[in-house]
Amino acid sequence: MKKIACIGDKDSVLCFMAIGCSVFIAESAEEAAKILRKFASDESYPIIFLVEKYYNAMPGVISDYSERPLPAIISLPGASGSEGSGLANIKALVEKAIGADITFNN
Amino acid sequence: MAQLIKVNPTRMELSKLKKRLKTAQRGHKLLKDKRDELVKQFLELVRKNRELRTEVEMKLKLSHEAFAGVSAVMSPQALEEALIFPKQSVVLEPSEKNIMSVDVPVFNYKMQGSHSDIFSYGFAFTSSELDDAVQGLSDVLSQLVELAETEKSVMLLASEIEKTRRRVNALEHVLIPNLQYTIKNIIMKLDENERGNTTRLMKVKDMVLNQNSRY
Repeated sequence: MKKIACIGDKDSVLCFMAIGCSVFIAESAEEAAKILRKFASDESYPIIFLVEKYYNAMPGVISDYSERPLPAIISLPGASGSEGSGLANIKALVEKAIGADITFNN
Repeated sequence: MAQLIKVNPTRMELSKLKKRLKTAQRGHKLLKDKRDELVKQFLELVRKNRELRTEVEMKLKLSHEAFAGVSAVMSPQALEEALIFPKQSVVLEPSEKNIMSVDVPVFNYKMQGSHSDIFSYGFAFTSSELDDAVQGLSDVLSQLVELAETEKSVMLLASEIEKTRRRVNALEHVLIPNLQYTIKNIIMKLDENERGNTTRLMKVKDMVLNQNSRY
């Protein structure tokens, strides 16, 4: 049975418990990276939501899984609010693929 | 600057190189088409991704705020107790879709458990803010899954585009010019040999004629 995993600090992820995601509480980025590695290698969690601040703290771990179709590791803003890095990541991807961001002029 | 490929200037090598050039040009054309189509699909996905993310982040902010409100009125223990056994769980059925030979995930999800009642707690000991917060969050769920799908596809497509672009450039600016330069060189060398041969024959013919006319 494949489920959605949420990794983050307690305040940010506790609410995801209510809608039926599997929640893993990590109090530091290292702890989160450890949990992430554990679940990314077995395929029981195709979607892993990771709190933004941890996502940005471990680009190396994320890039290990970025070439594989599964799991999808997605950053979400935490309880302290969005830092805007989600949109910045999309911008970076467009720049990587095309060379310049040509979609931001809206 | 095009570089000479180290091969013997023979007809055999020439025809081999010509074949390689043809393949390289065909490959270049195909890869270029692939890149263009990938970029087209990619841009569509990126637009969708950006819209989804803006919307999801906004809704999550609202529900985080709601939860902050809840945790202000309820003790953390009570809150955790209320949420720890969810009534429903999300079951994902991942499958794959092929966009221009890139495998991207597609997520279908089902809710398991009761559909009418998403609240995992009795209403006696919890505040009504919690109900709103949970309700709000469960409304975002479908968008969250969609966001995961799009964002992963965008990531995969971006790296595929990067790879394809590198290949196109390598063919266009390195392999094809090198092949053309080498082919030109071999043709020139072969022609030179041919001319050398003709002059030698003419010389020999002259010498033979001179010898014969002496008698």
